[in-house]
Amino acid sequence: MKDVRDALMVARNTDGKLVRRPLSPHVQVYRWPLSMALSILHRITGVALGVGTLLMTWWLVAAASSDAAFATAEGFIGSPIGLLLLFGWSLALFFHLFSGIRHLVWDAGFGFDEPAYNTSGWAVVIATGVCTVLAWGIGLAVW
Amino acid sequence: MSETPHLDILRSPLGRVRGLGSAHAGSSHWWAQRLTATALVPLTLWFIYSVIRFSTSSHQAVHDWLSGPIPMVMMLALVAITFHHLQLGLQVVIEDYVHEEPAKTASLVLSKTLCWLMAIVCVVSVLKIGL
Repeated sequence: MKDVRDALMVARNTDGKLVRRPLSPHVQVYRWPLSMALSILHRITGVALGVGTLLMTWWLVAAASSDAAFATAEGFIGSPIGLLLLFGWSLALFFHLFSGIRHLVWDAGFGFDEPAYNTSGWAVVIATGVCTVLAWGIGLAVW
Repeated sequence: MSETPHLDILRSPLGRVRGLGSAHAGSSHWWAQRLTATALVPLTLWFIYSVIRFSTSSHQAVHDWLSGPIPMVMMLALVAITFHHLQLGLQVVIEDYVHEEPAKTASLVLSKTLCWLMAIVCVVSVLKIGL
């Protein structure tokens, strides 16, 4: 015993033998169930959308400035990098939107049971995929 | 003989009425995050629709659109509520993952400053277009 913290982990088992008690495992030990992945994804997409507001701010500032500034912003958004960012933004937005609604339903006190939270989790994943594809389908059709 | 007195909750009645925790701001943050989230559901759908609708429009068309009273109010509401929701969310993330006090305070101040600045810049832009 070198560390005082060890004193709290050493105990006798039922045979009277001194054993080290197991520590409570942290996240990396578990197989990731869907809800765990969606939970951290909600945070990641939230922060990503925060970064994405820079693009919205730029677009609004450009629209308020001049024809040239607006053309520059539109040009960037229409470029391959811009479209990739826009695609990531739409994916994150739809995910955060549907996952957020799932959270609001939980906050209202519903959907905590074993089949319900898995069903709603997959519903979020499917709705995100469908809406992103749909939005880009319509967007590219009118473009 | 009367029953032994006991407490079902540790929070005082006054504390319960005020709805404040040890940080003196307990439930207001939680409540504000949910209210802004709810408001953002229709606003976000409107914004996605608008982005698609005006993806090919000229500068003039965007100007004319944002000069209308309803799109202008919707855009201002979207900007204000988005940045309010963002700073509430970033605060929770920072409080969860940044543990050193100076770094935590600095991150919180920085994130809130940036959210305020960007919100003001967006509001000024919308007003400049529409007014």
